[in-house]
Parts: sequence; C-alpha cells; structure tokens
Amino acid sequence: MAVRKEANALSRVAKDPVSRRKFIALGGGSAAAAFLVACGSDSSSTTTTAASSAAGGDAVIAEKFGKGDVGILNYALTLEYLETAFYADVVKSGLFKGSDLATIRKFGSEEAEHVAALTGFVKKLGGKPAPKPKTEFPLKSAKSVLELAGTVENLGAAAYLGQAANIKSPEVLAAALSIHSVEGRHAATLNTLLGESITPDGAFAVPANAKIVLKSVEPFIVS
Amino acid sequence: MNNQKLAQPELADVHIEAEGDDLSRSEVILKGALAVGAVYGAMSVAPFVSRALAMSEGGDIGILNFALTLEYLESTFYKEAKTRAKASGDLKSLIDLVARDEDEHVGALTETIKKLGGKPVAEPKFDFPYRGTAGFLKLAQTFEDTGVSAYNGAAPQIKSKEVLGAAGSIVQVEARHAAAIRLQNKQEPSPEAFDPSLDEAKVLKAVEPFIQ
Repeated sequence: MAVRKEANALSRVAKDPVSRRKFIALGGGSAAAAFLVACGSDSSSTTTTAASSAAGGDAVIAEKFGKGDVGILNYALTLEYLETAFYADVVKSGLFKGSDLATIRKFGSEEAEHVAALTGFVKKLGGKPAPKPKTEFPLKSAKSVLELAGTVENLGAAAYLGQAANIKSPEVLAAALSIHSVEGRHAATLNTLLGESITPDGAFAVPANAKIVLKSVEPFIVS
Repeated sequence: MNNQKLAQPELADVHIEAEGDDLSRSEVILKGALAVGAVYGAMSVAPFVSRALAMSEGGDIGILNFALTLEYLESTFYKEAKTRAKASGDLKSLIDLVARDEDEHVGALTETIKKLGGKPVAEPKFDFPYRGTAGFLKLAQTFEDTGVSAYNGAAPQIKSKEVLGAAGSIVQVEARHAAAIRLQNKQEPSPEAFDPSLDEAKVLKAVEPFIQ
C-alpha cells in the first residue's frame, strides 16, 4: 500500500512539527509522492522511499559495514558471500540432478563473481572488504531448498533495489544495477521452478531496507 | 491516485532540477515553500510554481520519455502477442502477465512525466515482423534483454533519487520477464553474472527497425 503509506506519512508530517521540519529539509521528496502515486502499487509489502530508508532501516549499514558507498558495498558483499556459500552447500548436498543442478551451479558461480567484483570495488575505494561470514543452511529436501533459494534471491534483489538511491558514485551504482537485475533473473527463475509468480510484487518490484534484510538472513549466519 | 490528503497535491508533484550538486539558496527556499504548500495549501507559494515547472525540463524527464518509448514498444508487442504468438498453457499466462506489467509501466511513466511538468512522448506506431510462437519468443527475448540493459545504462544518469528508485523497481521486473521468456526459449535465464548496459543511442538503434 505504497500510496496510502505516503499519504499517511504526509498527514503525520502535517501534525508533527518535528517531522515537518525534516520533511522540509528533505525537500525534493515530493517526487517520491509523484511516482508512488503514479505506480499505484497495491502491494501490502513495506515500501520505503529513499528518504525514509536513509533515516530508518538503512542506518544499520553505517553501523555494521561502514559509511557511504563502502558500507553499502560491504553490505552487498556479505549477502553475496551468503548466497555463494548457500549454492555451494546445495551442490554438495546431492539433492539435485540434471538441469536443476546445472541451474544451481550456474547461479552459484555468478554469485561468486559478484563476490569478487564487490571485493575489488571496496578495495578500489580504499575500504576493507567485509569478512566472509560462517554460514549454515537447513538442507532437508529438494523442495525446501528451492523454497529457501527463492526466498534468498527475491530478498537479494529487494536488498539491491533498496540501496540504489543511496549510492553516491555513478560507477558503483552502475555495478550494483548490473548485479541487481541478475538477482532479479535468478529470483524469477526460482519462482518459475516453484510454480510461483515471477513478479510477486506486480509490475513494480518492492525494495527492502537493510534492517529487514539482515534480520531475515540472521538465522543462516553462525558467526 | 490517492493523494487527496494533500491540500495542494500539484505542488507536491513539482520537481526541481538543480544544476550540479549545489542547490542555490533560492532553490532551497523554493523547495521548502513547495513542500509546505503541498501540505498546507499555502496559496502564497503559487507564483513559484510556474518557475519551478520551467526549471523541471531536465535530464530526468528525457530519460523517463526514453523509457516510456521502450515500454510502449513492449506493451504493444505483448498485446499483439496475445493472438499472434499462438501461445498456450504457461506461455499464454506469461504473455498475459507481462502485457499487464508493461501496460502499468506505460501508465506510471506517463503519469510521472506529467507530474514532473514534462510532456510524455506520443505512442509510436510499431511493426513486429515475426511468425508464430518461435518467432515471438526470439523477439521477446531481444526486447526484454535490451530493456534491462537500457534501464541499467540510463539509471546512473538520473538525478532524482525517487525517479532512480522507481526506475530500479521497473528494471527488476524487466529482468524477471527476461528470465521467464528465456526459460520458455530454452535459454539460460541469467546468461552472465553482470547484465550489460546499453546507452540510449545503441538502444534506439536496436529498436528502430520496429518503429514505423
């Protein structure tokens, strides 16, 4: 309910002098209202605008991964490490054969390429790449693993989308976008294998802020 | 369209393009005035509006119109495909879904261009030379992959964070379409780890043969 949310946020601003000041400081946030209204999204998922996510759910990136683009890149790197480890474990599990196994291998190798590219970018910006987390995934049956893969890929795509507007460098943005759409391709493929809609949010994909994303992957990170 | 809570929604829709990164003091004041006007309906800010509109003919509107042209192409292509592609089963459902999504993209981009004070491009006339399901799938794959690369190429030049977020939300959906069409085509859904980007000139050259 992106539209109603926006309207609620605005009515709250009208009543509250503190957030009114914030709203005025943000200024250009008006365009968000324009597009969100135009989109007319009926999704019940949480929709965050760049303005609200910067103030809320994305502050955790600076805390955990550092400030600015380096922080965002390290956040993405952590997610890519997680995906790479997941696919590697799935391949080892022996639960898949044939074309499904080939798809899993392919996606795993693409995630590994994302890890390498993000690591390179962090270094190029003078940052220290985030360490590879220790992970553990429940690999009980082919069906539950595919479901988990679908969840992870859809979340990954939403995570990149959530950061696009926070990235400062056009080069980093271009790289993030070229990864973002690949995550979208992976998500749609897994949704197809699961017999689910390829576009679960409808015509407009919904972003996820870092707080929600990190909370979702927490169960799979051992240390 | 549910912005009735705003006293003057037209003010909330005004977008201001700044030259470079630094907003001049007057632009900052104008932005604030417009935001306040949107919430409170302050008639006193109205004289600023025409000036703000004049300033808004910037790069973002151009990019949005470029995207709109591509969405028109896709929307028409899938609308026609409902009968021309001779599809059944999963592919038929997929064509219906994609046609609906592309149509919504056209609607959203048109509305946004208008709200930013721009003029949406007219819908071009298209001609898609293909026959049957195989011909449809081949062309669909080209259009979807090109669409992804077009958005990815244009997005880093978008100035407004909100427009960028919206373009991102559309490109992810295009990527999802691309993967699904590729699966129908028995092709790798995600052929490369990094989707290539295309600049506007290359994209227009690619779609030119289909525009009459």
